[in-house]
Amino acid sequence: MPVQTVREALRDAMAEEMRASPDVFLMGEEVAEYQGAYKVSQGLLQEFGPKRVIDTPITEMGFAGIGSGAAMLGLRPIVEFMTFNFAMQAIDHILNSAAKTLYMSGGEIKCPIVFRGPNGAASRVAAQHSQCYASWYGHVPGLKVVSPYSAADAKGLLKSAIRDPNPVVFLENELLYGQSSEVPEGADVTVPIGKASIVRQGRDVTVVAFSIMVGKALQAAEKLAADGIEIEVIDLRTIRPLDTETVIASLKRTNRLVCCEEGWPFAGISAEIAMVVMEQAFDDLDAPVMRVTGKDVPLPYAANLEKLALPQIDDIVTAVKAVCNKG
Amino acid sequence: MAVAAKKKDKPGGTPEPTRDDLLGYYRQMLLLRRFEEKAGQMYGMGLIGGFCHLYIGQEAVATGIHAALGQGDSVITGYRCHAHLILAGSDPKAVMAELTGRAGGVSKGKGGSMHMFSEKGHFFGGHGIVGAQVALGAGLAFANWYRGNDRVAVAYFGDGASNQGQVFESFNMAALWKLPAIFVIENNQYAMGTSTARHAAIRELYRRGEAFGMDGRQVDGMDVIAVRAAAEDAVAHCRSGAGPIVLEMMTYRYRGHSMSDPAKYRSKEEVARVRAERDPIERLRDHLVENKFADDELFKEIDKEIKAIVNEAAEFAQNSPEPDPSELYTDIHVN
Repeated sequence: MPVQTVREALRDAMAEEMRASPDVFLMGEEVAEYQGAYKVSQGLLQEFGPKRVIDTPITEMGFAGIGSGAAMLGLRPIVEFMTFNFAMQAIDHILNSAAKTLYMSGGEIKCPIVFRGPNGAASRVAAQHSQCYASWYGHVPGLKVVSPYSAADAKGLLKSAIRDPNPVVFLENELLYGQSSEVPEGADVTVPIGKASIVRQGRDVTVVAFSIMVGKALQAAEKLAADGIEIEVIDLRTIRPLDTETVIASLKRTNRLVCCEEGWPFAGISAEIAMVVMEQAFDDLDAPVMRVTGKDVPLPYAANLEKLALPQIDDIVTAVKAVCNKG
Repeated sequence: MAVAAKKKDKPGGTPEPTRDDLLGYYRQMLLLRRFEEKAGQMYGMGLIGGFCHLYIGQEAVATGIHAALGQGDSVITGYRCHAHLILAGSDPKAVMAELTGRAGGVSKGKGGSMHMFSEKGHFFGGHGIVGAQVALGAGLAFANWYRGNDRVAVAYFGDGASNQGQVFESFNMAALWKLPAIFVIENNQYAMGTSTARHAAIRELYRRGEAFGMDGRQVDGMDVIAVRAAAEDAVAHCRSGAGPIVLEMMTYRYRGHSMSDPAKYRSKEEVARVRAERDPIERLRDHLVENKFADDELFKEIDKEIKAIVNEAAEFAQNSPEPDPSELYTDIHVN
């Protein structure tokens, strides 16, 4: 199987879907001439031309609205945000225009659009450029929210997102763009939205993560294995709809659960999973659920403080040991 | 009447409205007026909940513009949307039933007064967030531009919405890409309770596109013939590929911003004066009489016809059942 970076996988997903349907186009800041602020759209302008790969002015609310309107008339826009931090300028359209219109119209007006771009902390870019929006968008009925880790999932899920008749928020991670892994070939290979993936099997503790935290959980798994603790790592891949089935099935085997996310703890994805588990699998818990999250502070710039604010591999190790009463 | 003279040298070169055209506009405007009056009554009786923004006074704007549009042209507006939806071809019964929140409503009772749509009629809402429809409307125009057809999109918004940042963002991109968008500012003089004098640094709102090289025209929005003429020019402008255009329609709403607004920010005399001097329906009626296109008997007949439509709508809206509880969880996603 060929090995690709996440960056290449995302580009190939867009290129393949653009070849398949003339209604698919990409718009955003620096996506065309500049080849993408993070080079995700490399080569797309050359293949598809300026009508389908469109540089926008710096005007997030405007182009999120234009994309949503175009989708209502049947096009399939991919709207790239240079980062999701800037999408807060546009969040009204993502929620009020894209996510709610189908319901408000009694099923009449559809909005098949993908909002994508890097989410979460990058490296040393401080508070305004380093926020995780998984729980923000995950909160909203009408949206699908995807946040892949591997290159294969990035490609397969982005293809599914583009084909999906609903608005999809696709949360990437800048630090993962350069990471390589195997990606199956073929324009028909997709990964379904709403299905988590068990990326490492283990009998002792279920560790749920998504995006960059999957890598940290896998590294924690190695450390814990050395101490004789086998964790099962679940890559959620999709935030909404949440694959609670896979999480609970795993919990029934391990009876212990640790949730990981880079975002803030308050009302986060981990809090949601803990609640779902209480509602649906309380008797399967042998220990309280623990969460490993970003600290409840705006992300600081200083290298040492940034490291303290972000969830680290050792934080996962500590939490896993705690739920095993081996702290 | 001066209005009739003004349209003679219309630059668009399209035919003058015929007697049938004018009678059609009269019927449409009267339907919109009576429909909204009935909605106001039903609101007062507690049959309609939430917010309810009536279009009374502004009928010539939507009617005149609708007259200039063709099949496949798209329309979008804000929350004051009942009239636009009826003109787009939706059944007044289903529109009224949406107001009462019933299963027979255009949105199955799930949208309400501010959120109504018609895919078939190319009417894209019905949006409750002030100004959002301008960017969405530019997106509808974008879709036509992308497909290379000659369809246009009309985005209506009020003088209040004209101050939203995304309006300027949309103007910029629409002008940059020459999108076939007609931005119609329904200037009814008040952004809720704040008059244009208090909310706009420059009150000539038709000039709002100048910074982007966009043409703009101010039009008497109380004169359906003038509105139609301006709209025809604007449609021709867009279809020719010349890009977007701004039409500022000088209009007036007789009722409050919504049903819960007692409108204490303006005098009763001001409203009475506009009603007496500029009412769009009375004006067209006078024009029809002057040209001997209609007499009292015909007007009576039309009154009766409209009354029947509105009464039927009101009855349907009260008798249609509430949505089935199972509808709570439908239409969240397309499956």
